Order: sequence, then C-alpha cells, then structure tokens
Amino acid sequence: MSGIPHDHYEPKTNGEKWLNSRLPIVGLLYDTLMIPTPKNLNWWWIWGIVLAFCLVLQIVTGIVLVMHYTPHVDLAFASIEHIMRNVNGGYMIRYVHMNGASLFFVAVYIHIFRGLFYGSYKAPREITWIIGMLIYLCMMGTAFMGYVLPWGQMSFWGATVITGLFGAIPFVGDAIQTWLLGGPAVDNATLNRFFSLHYLLPFVIAALVVVHIWAFHTTGNNNPTGVEVRRGSKAEAEKDTLPFWPYFVIKDLFALVVILVVFWAIVGFMPNYLGHPDNYIEANPLATPAHIVPEWYFLPFYAILRAFTGEVWVVQIASFVTGGIVDAKFFGVLAMFGAILAMALAPWLDTSTVRSGKYRPMFKWWFYLLIIDFFALMWLGAMPAEEPYATFSLIASAYWFGYFFVILPILGVIEKPLAQPETIEEDFNAHYGKADADATPAE
Amino acid sequence: MFARHTPGAGIGENLVSHAEDHEGTRRDFLYYVAGGAGVVATGAAVWPLVNQMNPSADVQALSSIRQDVSGVEPGTQLTVKWLGKPVFIRHRTGAEIDEAKQQDADGMAELIDPLARNANLKPDAPATDANRVIPSPEGEAPAAWIVQMGVCTHLGCVPLGDAGDFGGWFCPCHGSHYDLAGRIRKGPAPENLPIPPVEWVDATTIKLG
Repeated sequence: MSGIPHDHYEPKTNGEKWLNSRLPIVGLLYDTLMIPTPKNLNWWWIWGIVLAFCLVLQIVTGIVLVMHYTPHVDLAFASIEHIMRNVNGGYMIRYVHMNGASLFFVAVYIHIFRGLFYGSYKAPREITWIIGMLIYLCMMGTAFMGYVLPWGQMSFWGATVITGLFGAIPFVGDAIQTWLLGGPAVDNATLNRFFSLHYLLPFVIAALVVVHIWAFHTTGNNNPTGVEVRRGSKAEAEKDTLPFWPYFVIKDLFALVVILVVFWAIVGFMPNYLGHPDNYIEANPLATPAHIVPEWYFLPFYAILRAFTGEVWVVQIASFVTGGIVDAKFFGVLAMFGAILAMALAPWLDTSTVRSGKYRPMFKWWFYLLIIDFFALMWLGAMPAEEPYATFSLIASAYWFGYFFVILPILGVIEKPLAQPETIEEDFNAHYGKADADATPAE
Repeated sequence: MFARHTPGAGIGENLVSHAEDHEGTRRDFLYYVAGGAGVVATGAAVWPLVNQMNPSADVQALSSIRQDVSGVEPGTQLTVKWLGKPVFIRHRTGAEIDEAKQQDADGMAELIDPLARNANLKPDAPATDANRVIPSPEGEAPAAWIVQMGVCTHLGCVPLGDAGDFGGWFCPCHGSHYDLAGRIRKGPAPENLPIPPVEWVDATTIKLG
C-alpha cells in the first residue's frame, strides 16, 4: 500500500471479520474517511466538499423534476410552468436546481484556481488534475444540455449556437452537426436526446469523482506550502497530518453551512438573478433574441470564441497556412477548446520546481493578473460583439494563452523562488505555535 | 521457442510457447479469426447506436413547400419555415435594386466570400447580385426578388432584416453584416447567406425545395 502511512481498519467482532473476508467495504470506507490530511490546509481547500454536495443536490433535485417534466417541443415549456405553478413546492425545487448549477460552477472555478495557485496540478498529481478537467468538461456539457430543456428562447438559440460550433469543423462539420441535432435544425429530436444525456452525464461525473478522489488519496493532498507530507514512518507522517475525520469534515461542513446561507438567500429572494428573462419566452425558431448570452459560467470561454474574427492577423495567417481550411469560425472554436486544453496541460507547461505560488514572487503577480483576466473575459462575454469590446476580448484572450504557453514555461527558468519550510509541521507551528500543535491530536 | 531448446521439454510446453513462434500456427489463425469476428461484431453492434441519432425518416422526408407571395409588397420580407429553418423571401423596391447594383459595382473585390452559394447555380458561380437573386416573374423588374436561408453562416442565428452597415441583414449574435444581396461584408461569418433550391410555380407562388 503506497501513500501516507496510517492506521488501517482491523475487524474486531466476528460479524465484522465475516464481512471483511468476503467484501472489505468497511475497510475501504474507513481508510477513505481517515486519510491523513496535511494539517495546514487553509480555507481554499473546502471547495471539494462543496462540489460533492452540489453533485448530490443536482442529482436529487433533478430526479424529482423529471417526475413532472415532459421532453417534447410542444409540451416542455408548458411542463416547466406546470412545475412552477402547480406542482407542490415545484418552484422551489426548480429554483434550487437552477441556482445549484451556478453554485456548482462557482465552486469548480475556485477549486480550479486554487489548484493553479498552489501548484496542485504538478507531479505527482497530474492524473488528479486531468480527471478534474474531464469532470469540468462533463459539467459544461451537462449544464448546457440542461439549459436547453425548458425550451425557452435562450434554450433554443443557445443550442443552435453551440451545436453550430461542431458545424465549423472542416469537411465533416455539417454531417456531425446534423447527427448531433437529429435533423437540419434544433427540434424535437434534439430536445429528447439532450434530456437523455442530461440525465446520464451526472452519473458519469459521479464515477469520475470517485477516480479523482482515488487519485489524490494515492498521492496525498497538496497543501498551501506545496511541501510533501513526510512518509518515512507513521510517527513522522502524524506530525504533518491529521485524519480527515473529524478534523477536516467538521471544518468543511462549517464552510458549507456558511456558503449555503448565501445560496438560500439567492434561491429565496433573487432566484432569477443569474438567469435571462428571454428564457421565459417559448422557443421560436423564426426569431433570434436581440442578444444571445450564455449562462455566466460559460462567458469567459464564449468571449474567447468570439474574439478571433477574420480581421485578426493570427486568424489570417492560420487561414493562409492551411489553405483556408481553418477559417475564422473554426479558429474561434479551436481557441475556445484550446483555452480549456491549456489549463489541462498546465502540469507540463509549468517548468518551476516550486509547487506553491506562496514562494514564487514573480508567479504570484502573473497569477493575480490571470484572475483579473478571467473576470474581464466573463464581463466581455456578456457584452455585444462590437468595439471596443472586440479588441478588449482579443487582448484578454491573448493573455489567457500567454499565461499558460509563455509565462508558465519561462517563469520556472528565470524566477528565484523564496525559501520554503522544510516540513508542513514547521509551517504549521510558525502559524499556530508549537504547544498547540502538540496538544491537538491527543484527544 | 525457449521451451523447444530446453532438454526434456514436453509437447504441451511447446504448444503454449506459441507467442514467440513466428510460423503461422493453427492457434494464431484462430486468434485472428476470433479477434476479427469480435471487431466486426462490436462494430455491427455500435453502428445502430450511432446511426439512430441521424435524422429519422419523417425528418428526412424532404418536404418541398409552396408559398403564396402575392401579399409581399415591395420593401417587405416574408419569413417562412422550411426544413426547420427560416427562409427570407424579400421583395425589393426599385431603390433597393439600384442600391444593390451600386454595391455590386463598388465592392465585388472586397467580398469575404466570392461565391454565389446559390443551390440553383453551379457551385463556382461568382457572387454577383444577378447570381444571388431569383428570376423575376413576368412583368416585374429584374432582381426584384431574393430568397435565402435566414440562417447566419457563423453559428446559425437568424439575422435581422433592414439592418447592419450595408442595409441588408445583421446578425445580432456576433455582429455579422450582410449586404442587400445577402453577401457577408463584415463580422465573423465566413459565407454568404445560402440560397435554397427555389422556383416560381406561377406568377405569385414560390416553391422551395
């Protein structure tokens, strides 16, 4: 057994021994729950629990909503109104599901940027990072298809625009788009298959989450110092860690309660704040809303998609080099998916041997600029496609790619990192004092 | 191979050491046949699952529709739904015909997409105004009618009529400007608005498809 040395489950009673020799499930749960966790984790480490909560929340409310929803172009919009007006407490369940998606994305973005700052993506946690990126992609697919189901104007036109992305693929794009839609345009066939997949994907995510947890339980958690837990012996490891239960579970649940206070305030008092009024107009294939905007959590990547028009020289070069195969439309699609791929490649693009951004004086500022860039892209994605927003979008998109493909590789070479603590214990004691640290795990 | 050179190796060991035996044996043959059959069977099982997502027979049944356009006055546009998508049937005024001709004379060299994209013409027909309009019925000025798919060639939104920098159509989604002949002039869209198969059935009826 690799990983951090710790106590394992020992069946005591005859009943436990009987079960354990047939199915060691209690031991598996015990080891998962009692995993040694770096004792210096700060508040940025609570979002994993929030994400797990969101997944369960969305699956439970989703299953309930399906009991009242009808996936048909003539009935879908009406069935949503039926949920809102007639079903007992239906409006609340739907509002929780709608805003639950937003909470899910708030949590996943903080979780991702946490990883980017503290170098959680670096060896040996690349697999955890890649699985996380796959979860994020599945989340985007699920959220997009879920947004189509109410069959409002934004549902319909969002589906048209996003499936149009696949139509931009050279040569086979039209065939793929028709295959995805089940016809020449978004219609009943599309609604039905999106409903089917919207129900399926959360369970794929659940499976990926298990693999994600498995991967970082093998390598151990990262922590704010980026220094590894000592694992020479159990005694040594215990100086750097505390068991997940009860220490971190209670901390995470406390954070979850605080977050849910805000969440319930939004669900209760401003449930449509993050949505678009146009989606309360039934889908109409003959009229596009004046301003198609995706949900807020897609805006940064939507801004990148729109940034690369035919007037941009990079696009013109790409078009020239490929003999016109990569046109402005396809370039935009490549840029959007490339922006996510860039994040996924971070473990190999970052050349620095120092994990945590705390000890990287130059990296810090580029990272903070990336956060600003992310919010700038989010704002620009919601703006109309005209000047000056088009130029700003281009600059912001360029920084996104520049951060991953230029800054991360170069910083590792030119930056002089600060001194890191020898051990997690040292860092912990510097914050909380040695006496405290020795006393804590005793009871 | 290894077993064969080992003294005292039995016949049974010879048989299991086939992995390093480069002569084709009966067992190799059976592996290939079984593996090949497995691949074919898997493909045969997966294909229907993929193909079921393609357009169903009722969707595929290429409906050809007839549209009465007697009520479409000059200067107005009728939008009809065909194959699940909007089709713009525009009746131009005399002034618009002249302006379209002027755009033709001014800007042919600046066209983003030089092809007519007209399903009624050859694929390489140039995007002149004459190649973008449909023949007028008896007694009408030429270039009075233009029929095109109301689907932006960027990402499929429906452009707005009488809008944009070139007096034609403007797509509100990502800011593509089309001129009076539905040719892309500015913005992210790569192609001119496509023109569907269209013909006059009589003086006031258009057939699409």
